[in-house]
Amino acid sequence: MLAAWRTVAQRRQCPRAPALLAAARHLASQTAAASTQSASVAAEVPSSSSGSEPSARLLSSSQQPEERMDFPGGSVPFTAAMSFLGGTFSPRAPLPCYRTIDSAGLAIADADIPHELDQETAVKMYKTMVTLQTVDVIFYEAQRQGRFSFYMTSSGEEATAIGSAAALTNDDVIFSQYREQGVIMYRGFSVQDMAHQCFGNIHEQGKGRQMPIHYGSKALNFHTISSTLATQLPHAVGAAYALKLQKRNACAVAYFGEGAASEGDFHAALNFAATLKAPVVFICRNNGWAISTPATDQYRGDGIAGRGPGYGMASLRVDGGDARAVYNATAAARKIAVEQQVPVLVEAMSYRSGHHSTSDDSSRYRAAEEMRQWRARDPVARFQRWLVDQGWWSDAQDTSARQEARRDVIKALETAQKAPKPPLSAMFEDVYARMPWHLEKQQAEVFAHVRTHPDACPADIPVK
Amino acid sequence: MQRLGALLRRSQGDAVLAPQLLRTYATTQMTIRDALNSAMDEEMARDETVFVMGEEVAEYQGAYKITRGLLQKYGPKRVRDTPITEAGFTGIGVGAAFQGLRPIVEFMTFNFSMQAMDQIINSAAKHHYMSSGAITCPIVFRGANGAAAGVAAQHSQCFAAWYSSVPGLKVLAPYDAEDTRGLLKASIRDPDPVVFLENEILYGESFPVDQAVLDKDFVLPIGKAKVMRSGTDVTLIGFGKMVGYNLKAAELLEQEGISCEVVNLRSLKPLDREGIAQSIRKTHRVVSVEEGWPQCGIGSEIVSIAVEECFDDLDAPPERVTGAEVPMPYAANLEAAALPTTDHILAAVKRVMGK
Repeated sequence: MLAAWRTVAQRRQCPRAPALLAAARHLASQTAAASTQSASVAAEVPSSSSGSEPSARLLSSSQQPEERMDFPGGSVPFTAAMSFLGGTFSPRAPLPCYRTIDSAGLAIADADIPHELDQETAVKMYKTMVTLQTVDVIFYEAQRQGRFSFYMTSSGEEATAIGSAAALTNDDVIFSQYREQGVIMYRGFSVQDMAHQCFGNIHEQGKGRQMPIHYGSKALNFHTISSTLATQLPHAVGAAYALKLQKRNACAVAYFGEGAASEGDFHAALNFAATLKAPVVFICRNNGWAISTPATDQYRGDGIAGRGPGYGMASLRVDGGDARAVYNATAAARKIAVEQQVPVLVEAMSYRSGHHSTSDDSSRYRAAEEMRQWRARDPVARFQRWLVDQGWWSDAQDTSARQEARRDVIKALETAQKAPKPPLSAMFEDVYARMPWHLEKQQAEVFAHVRTHPDACPADIPVK
Repeated sequence: MQRLGALLRRSQGDAVLAPQLLRTYATTQMTIRDALNSAMDEEMARDETVFVMGEEVAEYQGAYKITRGLLQKYGPKRVRDTPITEAGFTGIGVGAAFQGLRPIVEFMTFNFSMQAMDQIINSAAKHHYMSSGAITCPIVFRGANGAAAGVAAQHSQCFAAWYSSVPGLKVLAPYDAEDTRGLLKASIRDPDPVVFLENEILYGESFPVDQAVLDKDFVLPIGKAKVMRSGTDVTLIGFGKMVGYNLKAAELLEQEGISCEVVNLRSLKPLDREGIAQSIRKTHRVVSVEEGWPQCGIGSEIVSIAVEECFDDLDAPPERVTGAEVPMPYAANLEAAALPTTDHILAAVKRVMGK
């Protein structure tokens, strides 16, 4: 090596040649004197008085080859082989999809079932699914008839919402996106509550502030739905952090779609949850479509579950149409989150059988055949079959449950439609915790105007 | 001294009293940095749900050393360094506030808050209304706002106008150490989300504070402006650093026989419309001074108040002094030319005085 350096220095007429040669000589003597130390040795390169030579601490290459690189983020092994991982050249195998009930509704032998479903829970789950399906059909039609402005169904995703809700406790704080009405229904939000909200009448908790399907209930620990996509993900992390500091036996749960997972907030929330060690369960409903954007245009990696390990997070992919698998996955994820105080990611694979919303017509961009195939493995039908196989449900019960649900839903709609709208005074309330004087003044101006111009306010809207 | 504090608090309506009291009883000098630090320290000691979050706030003691010593005193659970994601840590702060904590979220500068704008407006500001009171968000967003020195377009924007237009937010802009302590403590104790606009250039500047201001329960009312200097000929209205410029201009103008009343807005939302109108009706002339851009700026609102509520009392059209309508340039001479100076204020006053 010394000879090589000398040659290079001479050939290049390098002005630093003398110093380099001196350094090489020094290294050579170090090499000759080398012992079997495993620690890296720093060799001083003598610097000349001219000051132009580098004075660097060089690690000796004569010791045992360094095995790992220690850096501020951790420690990784070295390799002399260059091999790209991931991408089209060396794709990683996708995370497999956990299921316990097959597409026909038959139990899969030897499936992992760490959390058995008891009859009471299973029947409650199924009845909620029946009610949900009924609400979705009838409310959708009501919107078409112009009775309220907007609706979103969750057809095809009943098992994801209800299966997961059943595995949580009422102390777990829920942040959802907009297609998880099954969750709030399972917790006790009634069909009547839903109807009041969609009509924005005087009975709904939201005082007519929000557009339809933006449900929320403080009593049920379900955060009011916010239209901006994925903003609920960092909220859930913050709430989980609060639960952690409050030392509560509870977690935060954040629901979102595979499309919302493209937002920057998804990355920030997951990355941050991992660094904060926040007890949050992220549940992704990968239903294949974000309005007209198929999942193949949404991402190129291994779905959403595939991203979790990149954040240092335990991740599981589950069959979102299998209510029992979703129940088990959520129960297991919750246990990890609460006991270990870390975030967990669950991706439930399912299918959006309905349109994105009443403002969408998905037949314009989806093949009828694809929709038919997914309807053939409808999650509610699969769970029903399994329930019947357990001896916990019958066709007669099914018919009567559906009839009763239909009656309740229609009645709820009628009651909600007849109820009065919120008074004008509600417009200025709740902007702040206490109404500031400038809003009091504006409210007084509105009342005065209505008094002198009664035509300005529709007859069916009370003032106070 | 407690009576003094009570006098100061109650005297906000009778604003002539307060500045004279301060001058008489001032005993200590305090920098804005220390005012911010001591306010946060005291509120964190008082209420264990208060915690600070932001980039560099913990180990580094704060990008501008505002949070110096807090990590050592309260530990890493209550003083958290965050990854670089304004949208992320703002959203997390909002979620923590929803769940009952009281976060203080520091933006290294409010310029970076644009990356978190949706969380601030659509989540923090609107949720109380959208949930009809079920959800509260007692969060404080604080940080440096407006022009610094030589940091150009993406580090020099003033966000006063944007944030103060949003219902559901409270927006405060302190000038001196008394403002800073009283308003920050009030913000932390407030149940609503508060945007607290500081000024980097003022961080190191000292102001006199008396014992009442140093009291650990010293709070100022949100929504009230303060008359810093009483006058009769013209009202100079500003917030933050511009209050200092207005005070300087008032001194110079006094030598020319013009008596200026200097109003320190303190609160941009709610804006003390009645206090502003009262002063304009008294002096009959108004000049609004701000660093931000002219179109739809705070000055536009001041002029609206003057015209809508004081029209019959005006002896001259209202005037605005604002920053130039350009992204902030870097070169020192261009930057200076893009910002208001005392000379601009003097010229505006003379115009409204007809001199």
